[in-house]
Amino acid sequence: MTAAFPDIWPALPEIFLALSGIALLMLGVFRGDGFTRPVSYLAIVCMLLAAVLSMGYGAGRVVTFNGMFVMDAFGVFMKVLVLVSAAFAVILSLGFNEREQMARFEFPVLMLFATLGMLMMVSANDFISLYVGLETQSLALYVIAAFRRDHAKSSEAGLKYFVLGALSSGMLLYGASLVYGFAGTTSFDKVAALFAGGAHVSTGVVIGLVFVMAGLAFKVSAAPFHMWTPDVYEGAPTPVTAFFAAAPKVAAIALLTRVVMEPFGHLAAQWHQVLVATAILSMVIGSFVAIMQTNIKRLMAYSSIGHIGYALVGLTTGTQDGVRGVLIYMALYIAMNIGAFAVILSMKAKGRMLEEIKDFSGLSKTNPMLAATMAIFMFSMAGIPPMAGFFGKLYVFLAAIAAQEYTLAVVGVLTSVVGAFYYLRIIKIMYFDEPSVVVDKVDDDGMTGVLVITSAFTLLFFVAPAPILNGAAAAAAALFAG
Amino acid sequence: MASWPILSFATFLPLVGVALILLFCRGNSPDVLRNVRYISLWTTLVNFVLTLLVWANFDPRNPNYQMVEKAAWIPDFGINYHMGVDGISVLFVVLSGFLMPLCILASWESVQVRVKEYMMAFLALETLMIGMFCALDFVLFYMFFEGVLIPMFLIIGVWGGPRRVYAAFKFFLYTLLGSVLMLLAILAMYYVAGTTDIPTITATQFPRSMQLWLWLAFFASFAVKVPMWPVHTWLPDAHVEAPTAGSVILAGVLLKMGGYGFLRFNIPMLPEATEYFAPLIYTLSVVAVIYTSLVALAQEDMKKLIAYSSVAHMGFVTIGMFALNQQGIEGSVFQMLSHGVVSGALFLCVGVVYDRLHTREIARYGGLVKNMPKYAVVFLFMTMASVGLPGTAGFVGEFLVLLGVFRDNTWVAALAATGMVLGAAYALWLYRRIVYGKLTKPDVKAMFDMTPREIAVFLPLIAVVLWMGVYPSSFLNVTSASVEQLIQTYQTKLAAAHAASGVSVAER
Repeated sequence: MTAAFPDIWPALPEIFLALSGIALLMLGVFRGDGFTRPVSYLAIVCMLLAAVLSMGYGAGRVVTFNGMFVMDAFGVFMKVLVLVSAAFAVILSLGFNEREQMARFEFPVLMLFATLGMLMMVSANDFISLYVGLETQSLALYVIAAFRRDHAKSSEAGLKYFVLGALSSGMLLYGASLVYGFAGTTSFDKVAALFAGGAHVSTGVVIGLVFVMAGLAFKVSAAPFHMWTPDVYEGAPTPVTAFFAAAPKVAAIALLTRVVMEPFGHLAAQWHQVLVATAILSMVIGSFVAIMQTNIKRLMAYSSIGHIGYALVGLTTGTQDGVRGVLIYMALYIAMNIGAFAVILSMKAKGRMLEEIKDFSGLSKTNPMLAATMAIFMFSMAGIPPMAGFFGKLYVFLAAIAAQEYTLAVVGVLTSVVGAFYYLRIIKIMYFDEPSVVVDKVDDDGMTGVLVITSAFTLLFFVAPAPILNGAAAAAAALFAG
Repeated sequence: MASWPILSFATFLPLVGVALILLFCRGNSPDVLRNVRYISLWTTLVNFVLTLLVWANFDPRNPNYQMVEKAAWIPDFGINYHMGVDGISVLFVVLSGFLMPLCILASWESVQVRVKEYMMAFLALETLMIGMFCALDFVLFYMFFEGVLIPMFLIIGVWGGPRRVYAAFKFFLYTLLGSVLMLLAILAMYYVAGTTDIPTITATQFPRSMQLWLWLAFFASFAVKVPMWPVHTWLPDAHVEAPTAGSVILAGVLLKMGGYGFLRFNIPMLPEATEYFAPLIYTLSVVAVIYTSLVALAQEDMKKLIAYSSVAHMGFVTIGMFALNQQGIEGSVFQMLSHGVVSGALFLCVGVVYDRLHTREIARYGGLVKNMPKYAVVFLFMTMASVGLPGTAGFVGEFLVLLGVFRDNTWVAALAATGMVLGAAYALWLYRRIVYGKLTKPDVKAMFDMTPREIAVFLPLIAVVLWMGVYPSSFLNVTSASVEQLIQTYQTKLAAAHAASGVSVAER
């Protein structure tokens, strides 16, 4: 077999990101920690450039590296989401890291490498490249979760994330090896062709599939594999939490979508019930358990579990409309989530970070703009029109109704009412209660920019929803074309 | 016919007011706050003129949607920005435009904290209310319908009474729970009809088994909004805690959204289910009329009493609607309009004395006729309108409803009529306890009569109540053609469905 040099162009964003990561690392090593801000800015620029490079791919599906790597409209959409949310997360980290004496140049570089792993996950077309991408991402994430190493909670979060993450990776790997054992291949395309040809679905494959899905459910923090989420969210430094809640979620959802739609697209009968159970559990746990939280980061953790549940509702349908709903949901979720974390990161009194929900009390009097911004995100997460979050739910439930998943749809809307309760509670605390602490003014230009962009997007999405909707439609169509 | 998008102007003009307040009113000095109040007042007044123009442009002989605007919004899903009014909705648009300046005036002095936010919330509310009555696309309708919750939640929660947090949450979650089920029904209809266009869906025939579920989902939303017994419990809480103007809008317009929803969606879109469930509506409404009237008799709190009376009056509305004949439906539309004006005025009456004594407890008052004669006249007039005295707005609506329902079901008519008697009892007794009796309490003695501003608020209300009572044709003419068409749609679709099922039985 001649080792022809593979076509590297489809992987250009990844290659660019990898090279720039190495270069930035070198830059940091030679210039020291005093050079953290330039390195961070360069990291942001590199991420955005990679997003532009990804957008360079038109329609059509390109497979390269012996079928290990795929680039299609779905990949473009997800990669842009991942890169943009990662860039926002780096912006959010700047001020915080300097205040908390954790501004080291490794931080943006690690985020860059994690993002590289996520891009690989999005484009994985083989169980091996899937695993490589996933681990590239996870290793970087383990480190930044514990980045405040002299801080017990952060170290604990890092360790917890590592132990549980390793367990889930192990499960995923075990599942993948089972699939390989019974199907005889690790390539997504070949597995798909096998079952499209009506091959007998052996129990081993189904068990392997379930293990793979369990591993991925860990990564998206869907119930019942969500236990790590609140602890890690609470313990990790807040910008890291903001990052965790956004980019890796998108990448993992992308991976899950690709895995169930492409190699196992013909096994819908097998994975359907697994996803239904996961979606229902996630929505229920995400809404009910969040009610009792007192820490805003833990609340956001349960909120993200619930949101993943709604996204999974779309995936459960296994239809093109369903996948489209998932993509729209994730895009809007990212915007409001980053915005909400930007508000949380702006909550400080005399330089000290505020993380308790009660610290928000009376925010509308001490800092009306910040309170209004948070209110927009909370109403949006509760799915109240005309905020963006409503449209996410609309498309997901539309797909669910069309696929006659009435139980899921009804459970979904009922839990969204429960969810509305705790989002409203934050608004109540901000608007109806008297102030307890005076919150500092937002003095960080980057933070202000993120707040303005995300809140304007969330509030005014309904005016011109077409770009996101069409992008998601094209992306979903790409997954069903082959 | 207007060539410019008059409905969009009427809908979105209040947002211009919001933008003006945001851009030009900085700080909290008295001058700035006065500007904020005047901006709001002028915006709502101009908007009222716009809604009157809508009425003037409206052709009462044409039963179809008029002043229609249509633009692509989310083309992939066939969702359009589609606005238009027919005889059923046009007067609600005018009602919203009419009540809003009065609300701003009524809050002129009583609201002193966070005036800017208060006025912005009311202006946003106006946009959402008018938009909801004009929307001819389901997604657009739902956006406005649900969006109303946000400003109302803040109005109750920020400027409300001592138990405002509880009331605001109850209001929000009750309504949301109903609405999300309606959302699913809308999506299911979209799935069958392939569009969210309301006129197209009205022309679509849904299978019977599906209709029953869809009907129940819509019912869940609108019954909470109306509110019907037994899901009315949020209303007394919300009313009691809301600031006066909030109560006026709540009773005047927000409750009408439920009735409007029944007329717009349940009856023409789901006729078989409507026929099937009409007895349920009758039962719940009759219970509401009698039971809440009795509950109203036992109230110690003025606002709570009027809130329960609202539930009873809205019971008449739903009874009339589901009589499904011309008198019944026209009567219920008329009753909604008159209740909007009268109950709004009653809440304003409560607001007048509340601003002076800061209590709503009935027992704290008494003998007001001595030192507040003008107030006594206004309050008496509105009480009589609420009771349904001939010559006032309340009479026409209740009479038509009873007439309509008598043709359909005499028992329901008889039971509903007892509600009118009870209504007279609690309303007059409330009046007696507040206005008559001995003027003994020193703080009540110190109360001064209505100010010119307050009189300015009530004069238009009195004029409208008299106009509606003496010459109701000017309102009924507007609605009759559309109501006729509504009943025709209902009966044609029902006949077609019966014929289809008859054929299938015969084939077997």
